Amino acid sequence: MTPAPGSACFHCGEPIPAGVRIHARIDSNEQPVCCHGCKAVAEFITGAGLDDYYKYRDRSGARADETPRPDRWSAYDRPELVERLTRAEPGGARSITVLLEGLRCSACSWLADKALHLQSGVLDVAVNPATARARLVWDPGKVRLGDLLRVLDHVGLRPHPLAGEHAEQIALLERRSALKRLAVAGFGMMQVMMFALPLYVAHSSGMDEGMREFFRLVSMLVSIPVALYSGWPFYQGAWHALKAHSVSMDVPVTLGIVIAFAASVWNALTGTGEVYFDSVTMFVFFLALGRYVEMVARHRAGSVTDALARLAPVTARRVRNEQVEDVQAIELQPGDEMLVRTGEVFAADGVVNGEADGRVDESMLTGESTAIAKQRGSTVHAGTQNLGAPLRVQVAAVSGNTVLAGIVALLERAQAERPRLAQAADRAAAWFLSRILFGSALVFAIWWFVDPSKALPATIAVLVVTCPCALSLATPAVLAAATADLARRGVLVAHSDAFETLAKATHVLWDKTGTLTRGLVRVEDVRVLRDRNEAECLGLATALERMSEHPIAKAFVASGVSNATATAVTVTPGAGVEGTVDGRRLRIGTLEFATGLAAGGGTHSPVETTDGSVFLGDELGLLAGFRLTDPLRAEAAACVQQLAGLGLSSAIVSGDAAADVAHIAERSGITRFESRLTPQGKVASLQALQAAGAVVIAVGDGINDAPLLRGANVAIAMGRGSALAQTSADLILVRDSLDQLPDIVRLARRAQRIVKQNLAWSIAYNLAALPLAALGLVPAWLAAIGMSLSSVLVVLNAMRVARRPAVARSPQWTDVRPAGAG
Amino acid sequence: MDILYFMVPLGLVLVGVGLWAFFWAVGSGQFDDLDSPGWSVLNDEKAKPATPPDDSQPREPREP
Repeated sequence: MTPAPGSACFHCGEPIPAGVRIHARIDSNEQPVCCHGCKAVAEFITGAGLDDYYKYRDRSGARADETPRPDRWSAYDRPELVERLTRAEPGGARSITVLLEGLRCSACSWLADKALHLQSGVLDVAVNPATARARLVWDPGKVRLGDLLRVLDHVGLRPHPLAGEHAEQIALLERRSALKRLAVAGFGMMQVMMFALPLYVAHSSGMDEGMREFFRLVSMLVSIPVALYSGWPFYQGAWHALKAHSVSMDVPVTLGIVIAFAASVWNALTGTGEVYFDSVTMFVFFLALGRYVEMVARHRAGSVTDALARLAPVTARRVRNEQVEDVQAIELQPGDEMLVRTGEVFAADGVVNGEADGRVDESMLTGESTAIAKQRGSTVHAGTQNLGAPLRVQVAAVSGNTVLAGIVALLERAQAERPRLAQAADRAAAWFLSRILFGSALVFAIWWFVDPSKALPATIAVLVVTCPCALSLATPAVLAAATADLARRGVLVAHSDAFETLAKATHVLWDKTGTLTRGLVRVEDVRVLRDRNEAECLGLATALERMSEHPIAKAFVASGVSNATATAVTVTPGAGVEGTVDGRRLRIGTLEFATGLAAGGGTHSPVETTDGSVFLGDELGLLAGFRLTDPLRAEAAACVQQLAGLGLSSAIVSGDAAADVAHIAERSGITRFESRLTPQGKVASLQALQAAGAVVIAVGDGINDAPLLRGANVAIAMGRGSALAQTSADLILVRDSLDQLPDIVRLARRAQRIVKQNLAWSIAYNLAALPLAALGLVPAWLAAIGMSLSSVLVVLNAMRVARRPAVARSPQWTDVRPAGAG
Repeated sequence: MDILYFMVPLGLVLVGVGLWAFFWAVGSGQFDDLDSPGWSVLNDEKAKPATPPDDSQPREPREP
């Protein structure tokens, strides 16, 4: 099978760069892949008999990392670490929960499951694609933990053992308990509705008093668990709010439930007046449903614990008396010396010791995509990755005291302060509720003087009629419907109050790398400056760059094919690589460096240099120039254009060089951009916009975007972005594609319209019914029917938010391979 | 109509049984993952032969 031009990688589905001819052998077929990393993963998957993965997956896999990581999994075989990370199971087995990075669909979880079961000694594997977690149970006598983790890494699902299983357990229990409460409310609501119907018609059908009494008592019996068990979280929330001297939405809800329920119980037991059990149960059910949908989305969105688990390694190498030993990261003390090999992640903050020529990828902290040179005395930070020579580091700060931990703490605090909009809504609800209570008291007092026997029925009718049932359902029902709809389309809503702001948004601030672009550097353009052709120049460059681990080198290794090998290679940090290929001395790197070989700079035609330019030179002068870019996402320009059509103007805030940003801005159709911004700079330009009255959506992916996302009115994170960016986001684009963005805005606006309709309807209904009820003209049973109907209307109207013109949905089985291949 | 005095409590008992079954299902993790079991049914038969009966299957996957 020959690759069609512009075809996609067999494993990760990304377009294969021009000039790349790498193939993976899949069942004696040659399949095109985009890089050697993907080739290795694809061949391992099929080699292990797991090729069904490619048939049944509904999304392409994560791109495999190009650089082979040193094997860090063997560190997990150490007994102390196993003791700390795992739990004892019956029969001498152990269990562990791991977070699987790159788990995107059900087929991925099937892959993890099957790959693990190929190992003898694995007793049980439970993979949950919704939370990207797997629980493994194995027999330590037959297989080691490190081997299991290595297998997961090899199939492209990088495991992160979760030491803080406590939080996981809590989330699971919370989910289960919410589901049970929802079920009780649902069953109860259906039963009570059934018993309520005869009561509605009892007056006209001549049902005898005994039967009516019986139905009321049965309704009460069914409503008790609904009100007490399903409604419990609301009472708890209201209690906590009152204890903190504030009013949350739970307070009016609780009052509504308690008053209607208590009055109904009293009436049912005394046999006088009306019962409102149907209203109470329905009220509880719809509220519980809304909360449940929101909770599931929030859990999926990930927690700060996950973020730390992904970034900071659990193990480290400590040097003592010139002996290297594997230790847990938490065992490190300030003053210890640790050894960090090429490709490893620093477990602690520290200072480089001894003679060193290191390069460190700090992009997760600063967003700077170029590796930073590190010499003796330079500081390094936990969570960053060593790309250069092995470094010896004098540990300065560990775990909770690192820069990384500081950022996480900052985010946690910001999250706790988040619900600004919720507070406004609660204030409105509290205002409304206090008026209702006052009005009911007034009605009761007036009737007490006019006709005491009618005082209680009239007061309860007022309370039921004005019960903010439809009113408090008006917003949550719409938000729940919108959240569920977006979840189906691969957009997670972590904070549903974002919809309101989203509908009002006026500006979009984009991060460049990883958001508007894919975050993968490619060779875009080769300019031959002398007697060679493009492929030859690319081949020579690749041969040289293969010896380097600089991020730019990755671009060459991914794009170029070369059989030549470079010898006598020297790397000059910050400048380039020099070596001998086919007997010729060559240099690749900055313009000055590349021309340095030739006497007097040699001869070459004038060239322009930008951040993304790399030059190849020999002893006679420049051979070629390469322009490296991080290509724009295919859907970015259309997305920006559609957003502009919706009245949202876009601007780029980037940490990269001006020329690169201008290039991307031009291609994506964005006219305003700022470059070379620090995270603080991004926040400053955000605040400038906000000061001018703009409501800003920020879209980002990196840790350096986290402050921007946190400050923005609505924060949207990319699905493949860093976990920290995701924890500070309101919405997460799980499919890592921008094409849903205009739809999200449209949906938010539709949701806002429907919320307004709902509010208008329920307020109009309440205002119309209130005088009638206060005059004692509305029997309570009619009030209850009216309230139920108005609530049903509100819920049905809310469901409209998910309806949209029929669009062609991408079929799930796009990647089906010929069946004969399996 | 007197039959209702028997049928309604019977219905309530059935609802109770249904709820108990649901609670049991939730407690035993049946609702923790609603997606992947559907897929595993499709694939089980094909993957089984690949499961090694002994340790002959190489435990160390090939290095990239």
